[in-house]
Amino acid sequence: MFVMRKAPYGTIYSFEGLETVLIMGAYEQDVSLLFVDDGVYSIKKGTDTTPLGIKNFSPTFRVLEGYDIEKLYIDKESMDSRGLTLDDFVVEPEVLDKEQIAKLMEEQDVLFPF
Amino acid sequence: MLHLVNKSPFASTSLESCLKFATKGAPILLFEDGIYGAMSGTALEAKIKDVMKDHPVYALKEDLMARGIDVVIDGVKTIDYPGFVELVERHKTCTWS
Repeated sequence: MFVMRKAPYGTIYSFEGLETVLIMGAYEQDVSLLFVDDGVYSIKKGTDTTPLGIKNFSPTFRVLEGYDIEKLYIDKESMDSRGLTLDDFVVEPEVLDKEQIAKLMEEQDVLFPF
Repeated sequence: MLHLVNKSPFASTSLESCLKFATKGAPILLFEDGIYGAMSGTALEAKIKDVMKDHPVYALKEDLMARGIDVVIDGVKTIDYPGFVELVERHKTCTWS
């Protein structure tokens, strides 16, 4: 499971995390993604990076399905405190509370933080 | 003194530290990941509204656009890069990264 915890564009973590997810998908691993903390911002709709002169990778999260990566999860608390709802995202992750996330993390063989 | 904050207030204490030392009336510019503090509807909105009683708060338009933020808190002034330059020309600066 990849744990996305950082906002996009301010640092390279989110972009590099997505790249790694796509590579792992090509190896037919059982890959899942969890968005927590500022990681929830990486799937925010309506991003336009043209004035910054950098690549807009947020819509790329939509192609994960094509790589058979369909297990996307998001922390309810992180969404709520940032005033975001499922309508704000380019993908539709499953909304989980902290107990559900704790259980899910325990079940994973490996956790990759980004 | 113009205070520059470029880290997310949800992930860093940059804004907190800035507020601790910024004197009354000193402008605060939120840019890069700092702009999340300017977004309307977050758990921090009330706090930012409080900050604006003592400080003009600016948010960089280019960074808001890159992160898909359309609505900023009432009273936050949106500026672009030329506006950023003008502010820096007018003030000494202090960066909280």
